[in-house]
Amino acid sequence: MNILGKRYLFFLFSLLLIIPGLIIIALGGLPLSIDFKGGSLVELGFAMDKAPQSSEILVIYNDNNIIDAQVQNSVDNESALAVIKSSSLSQDQYNSIIGALRSTYDANLVERRFDTVGPSISQSVTSRALMAVGIAAIAVIIYITFAFRGIAHAFRYGVCAIIAMLHDILIVISLGAIGSKLFGWQMDSLYLTALLTVIGFSTQDKIVVFDRIRENEPILRKIPFEKLVNHSIIQSLQRSINTQLMTVEFLLLALALFGGDTLREMCIILLIGLLSGTYSSIFIAAPILVVWENKEWKTWFRKTKAIQA
Amino acid sequence: MKNKLLRVLLILAILLVVIIVDFPILKDLKSNVFKKEVSAVLGLDLRGGMQVVLQAPEGYSIDQETLQVAATILENRSNALGVSEVVFQVAGDNYIVGEFPGLENISEVIGVIKQTGMLEFVDVGDNFLAPGTEIRTDYQIGGQVTPEVVTPTPAPLNVGQPEIASPQPTGSTVYHTVITGADLASVVVTPPQNPADGYAVAFTLKPEAKDTFGAFTKANVGKLLAIVLDKKIVSTPVIHQAIETGEGSISGQGENAYTFDEANNLRITLFYGTLPVALEIAESRVVGPTLGQASLQKSLFAAAIGFAIVSLFMLIYYRAPGFVAILSILFFGLITFALYLLIPVTLTLPGIAGFLLSVGSALDANILQFERIKEELRKGRTLFQAVDLGWRRAWPSIRDSNLATIITSSILFWFGSTFGATIVKGFALTLALGVAVSLFTALFVTRTLLNLGVKSLEKADKKRWFGI
Repeated sequence: MNILGKRYLFFLFSLLLIIPGLIIIALGGLPLSIDFKGGSLVELGFAMDKAPQSSEILVIYNDNNIIDAQVQNSVDNESALAVIKSSSLSQDQYNSIIGALRSTYDANLVERRFDTVGPSISQSVTSRALMAVGIAAIAVIIYITFAFRGIAHAFRYGVCAIIAMLHDILIVISLGAIGSKLFGWQMDSLYLTALLTVIGFSTQDKIVVFDRIRENEPILRKIPFEKLVNHSIIQSLQRSINTQLMTVEFLLLALALFGGDTLREMCIILLIGLLSGTYSSIFIAAPILVVWENKEWKTWFRKTKAIQA
Repeated sequence: MKNKLLRVLLILAILLVVIIVDFPILKDLKSNVFKKEVSAVLGLDLRGGMQVVLQAPEGYSIDQETLQVAATILENRSNALGVSEVVFQVAGDNYIVGEFPGLENISEVIGVIKQTGMLEFVDVGDNFLAPGTEIRTDYQIGGQVTPEVVTPTPAPLNVGQPEIASPQPTGSTVYHTVITGADLASVVVTPPQNPADGYAVAFTLKPEAKDTFGAFTKANVGKLLAIVLDKKIVSTPVIHQAIETGEGSISGQGENAYTFDEANNLRITLFYGTLPVALEIAESRVVGPTLGQASLQKSLFAAAIGFAIVSLFMLIYYRAPGFVAILSILFFGLITFALYLLIPVTLTLPGIAGFLLSVGSALDANILQFERIKEELRKGRTLFQAVDLGWRRAWPSIRDSNLATIITSSILFWFGSTFGATIVKGFALTLALGVAVSLFTALFVTRTLLNLGVKSLEKADKKRWFGI
């Protein structure tokens, strides 16, 4: 089985997944939730027969000088849920809205959630999260370089692991953007958690696959690097499939199906993000090692046709 | 051989400890062994409650000590409300995070935070008022001390003997405020001048308040001056002499001599009675208790189903080693949960995500070993050799991949606690703990159990027991 021979096809495949999401973001910006851009989120539960229409809720918001509210309706355990997003509500505005809803529609409505986030806090958290991931990436490169010091070009393994990790991050971001168009997803704090999980898993999985190359290199020194890497990938393939598909994905699938609404979106992102983590170990990280070894970029522009053929 | 026995004993000992920790049935035993309450701490997103993030207004820079003091003041105030388990923590260089578990009345919390913390020095004449007594003064928030208001110093009922007032609002009496916290320039704790004395709190007044205070103390030597915070008595020291220089000190005497802590608390009250900074609510989250509990129950149910499916797969695919893996994962779960209880780790949704990922790496550690064992068996090695070699080949990848994850999660944890990103912190902590435990279970439990099994399975049909 020659996986590496088709490496440019795999790169193309990943690009096809990433680019649509990036286009959505370029046109409409990141679908950030109030966690990252500020605003208020109110979640209310009404008795089925007493639930107000979305437009009726909007009227009450308008009475309280909030004109940018959006309402989403859903049903959970025999109560009608309304999730209302708007610019920041003051405590007085919130009390007044709830009071109006109680007196007009359902006196026993349940206040399930009320989040208000100011814009400054969200910005600082986001920029610092990026910084932390950056520092973690450098630390991982240093660690891998150290752990692989026994074989040639140890530094490359660290860099390739991080490139593949960036690939996984882009996949998850693209997925979030596509989800926002199709299902109204928003990038909230749970989304950030999912992204961190993917990052954590990604480097872990790369190292397991690289470990085979590390083990085989001294033994199979005579064969070309490309064949060595291909051989190593195939040797660890069964483990990748079992760890990833059979166990981790099953756990997540169970959570996505039975874990309730709060977690569903996060589980779907994790399902795809972790799958991408395994995929990129085999089809991105290892092939880039080979591209680097062969210094293939020298021929990218001269022999483009030869590669596509 | 001795080594092997030692390992088994070690495993059994740990098993015993974690079972005591994990199971609530053994509550009495548990509290005897650990001398403290050991129970799961659920985060606000799972149990319901309110979280607020407070922030100094744009453009203010405040130092860590100031933030810490503000957090302490807020926590004291909230606890005075009778709301249980309120925690205020400094997060990062600019924030204070307050958590109110199970709280339903939001406006009460907002009230506590918005309270200005008005400090006044009040003329109470000879009227001793117990700490906590609510009084009325002629100073209004935002206003000035108004000298034209007549000071109705109440006539002492029992001259010479301070009267103990009941700790209730003293009705219609309006006391005169001499100066306020805003008039203090500095406050420090001074050590005892001779060993019999306690610590004292020395203060310096701002120049504009010096004369007012000087004139007042000169006219009232021997009488009482109450320190009042938010219209409640904090303490009622006696004026020993006129303070005309603008520098004075407050001290207790005899039995009431201050310890350092008492003096320091008074200092904090005096100087920071008003919150050291005006704080704004940057973020607030209220999670209804029903939503949190429902998602916790559903997640647990889902996790149980997921684990059942995974166990089935491991048994069918790996046979005997698969059974070892299930034991090893259960062991992993018990240890991890015991650590959560002992540390204690606050369980939140992100925390559960971190835990799930660590379950994945614990499973991976098992699968890595079993795949190697299978490879070696296929090469025709004996079971004993295969188990040994399989372990040795798999170990570097288990070690390096898990260490890299620990490095990543440590950095995320540091980030989360430094910058007040509680989500990231919760995730990183459970992930790091879980991965560390999974290294341990891979190193000890799986390997030891496999070695124990080797003897009895040496002659067994490899196809049936190892799925080759």
